Amino acid sequence: MSLTKAEVEHVAMLARLALTDDEVAMYTTQLNAILDYAQRLEALDTSAVAPTAHVFPLHNVFRDDVVRPSMEQAKIVANAPEEEDGFFRVPRIV
Amino acid sequence: MKLFAKPAHELHGLLVQKEITATELVEAHLGRIDTVEPQVQAYMTRTAEAALAEAQRVDAKVAAGEAIGPLEGIPMALKDNLCTDGIKTTCSSKMLHNFVPPYDATVVKKLKEAGAPLLGKLNMDEFAMGSSTENSHFFPTKNPWDLNCVPGGSSGGAAAAVAAGEAVFSLGSDTGGSIRQPAAFCGVVGMKPTYGAVSRYGLVAFASSLDQIGPFTRDVRDCALVMNAIAGHDPLDSTSAPVAYPDYTALLGQSIKGWKIGVPKEYMGEGLEPGVAAVIDKALQVFCDLGAEVQECTLPHTEYALPVYYLIAPAEASSNLARYDGVRYGYRAEGADDIVEMFKKTRAEGFGAEVKRRIMLGTYALSSGYYDAYYLKAQKVRTLIKQDFDQAFERFDLILSPTSPTVAFPFGSRTDNPLAMYLSDVCTLSANLAGIPGLSINGGFAGGMPVGLQLMGKAFDEPRLLQAAYAFEQETGYHRQMPQLGE
Repeated sequence: MSLTKAEVEHVAMLARLALTDDEVAMYTTQLNAILDYAQRLEALDTSAVAPTAHVFPLHNVFRDDVVRPSMEQAKIVANAPEEEDGFFRVPRIV
Repeated sequence: MKLFAKPAHELHGLLVQKEITATELVEAHLGRIDTVEPQVQAYMTRTAEAALAEAQRVDAKVAAGEAIGPLEGIPMALKDNLCTDGIKTTCSSKMLHNFVPPYDATVVKKLKEAGAPLLGKLNMDEFAMGSSTENSHFFPTKNPWDLNCVPGGSSGGAAAAVAAGEAVFSLGSDTGGSIRQPAAFCGVVGMKPTYGAVSRYGLVAFASSLDQIGPFTRDVRDCALVMNAIAGHDPLDSTSAPVAYPDYTALLGQSIKGWKIGVPKEYMGEGLEPGVAAVIDKALQVFCDLGAEVQECTLPHTEYALPVYYLIAPAEASSNLARYDGVRYGYRAEGADDIVEMFKKTRAEGFGAEVKRRIMLGTYALSSGYYDAYYLKAQKVRTLIKQDFDQAFERFDLILSPTSPTVAFPFGSRTDNPLAMYLSDVCTLSANLAGIPGLSINGGFAGGMPVGLQLMGKAFDEPRLLQAAYAFEQETGYHRQMPQLGE
């Protein structure tokens, strides 16, 4: 399974990364090398093995649904690149 | 008296005996930072004033005849991916160059409550992705033992600061070896606790099923003391383990006579430097002399840990790092006409090459049509790796190995080849995949550079790992050596 430049460009679009032509070429080579290396997993028969997403048994963690104070708005927007009236300001969406 | 060369438990004694003040202790470290920081470059941000203010509070307490805790007045520093309220937390990335968190990570809150003055925030590989701290957007940190060599990574600043006497202890994070490998390269103690033992709340996420926070210290007793302060269940982290937490110092000093120690043959093979192999052989003899029975064992799926890790960690990272979009915090690119272009330009300009590489790899591994072949396959092999450890721990009390197959390497020697860099973590990745604790201590020296000895144990078996490491440390004394810097 070999990754083409067009696929790398598609993945970059999914990841919202603007890549230069040089970067596309570099990542095509490097990702193929890493994926080739990952091919060695194919040597293992895992048809009867359950996947591990998490090492210990995980349970839903519930708490009572009570109103608690939230962080104040000014603190939340303090790090925003652009804010207006306590909201995050972004470029045109539609 | 070189205060910057002493462990926390000795300094605590001096504070209690009123032989030194907490202010003197902080000042000694600030002076040491001034002397060696131009060479080492461990700190991203320094917080000297706040540290001195905290020290004065501790001194007032001592003067009033009140008892102080074991870390009270002991100067510390934190990896720059741990959120600190009101103090810049950059992850050594352009993306977060100006980010000031509005809250403290749980571990930060706990250490504040313990009264440890914060000296500053420490350099790292960008977003904890790397094994040399060369991926910091800002500057590389140097290895205090040889300034031409890397300190390891990704917690390179946290390891170098403790090794160079620029902090008594520090906290780092370990996703595939990012505490243990730099601890090994810098000759200090570094522990990755059991997954879930230390809250991840406020740790900037890299790979959520693998990340753990842990301490860097000058000796094993200090490691136990810091664990006492930071471990415990936290309702703010849904993966935090709701179990009873022990006193991590409880077993220090007890004999390990009769213990069975397994040495996985897969960790002692290809790629192991002869100097490292010699140190490990000698260390095994020390454990035999201490009355333990050392035997070869096997973890048969070890060779698959690296490919499994480099599918799972980037997949989780690609998802976690989706939040950096230039909207709510951090860097935003100028001059984009619409929001998608703004996202793409912001991420292109804000992330460095290694971070982009892993986002690309992870996005691909999770993308439609490839999920089963890569991500699901890796999760299945992760199960086999975990089972290897389960079986080994039926026979052995602990597993011993090198922490890294080599000593610290020179700058630039692995930056052109991502796979060669990834091989640096080949001995440490499996513990993250299996969720078990791993501890690296100074096992001796090869060509003047420290060699890390890794002890791995069953989940939540940290007290016994510390017991065995303490026995080794008391027998050998390698931990007392410090690099020659600024003298």
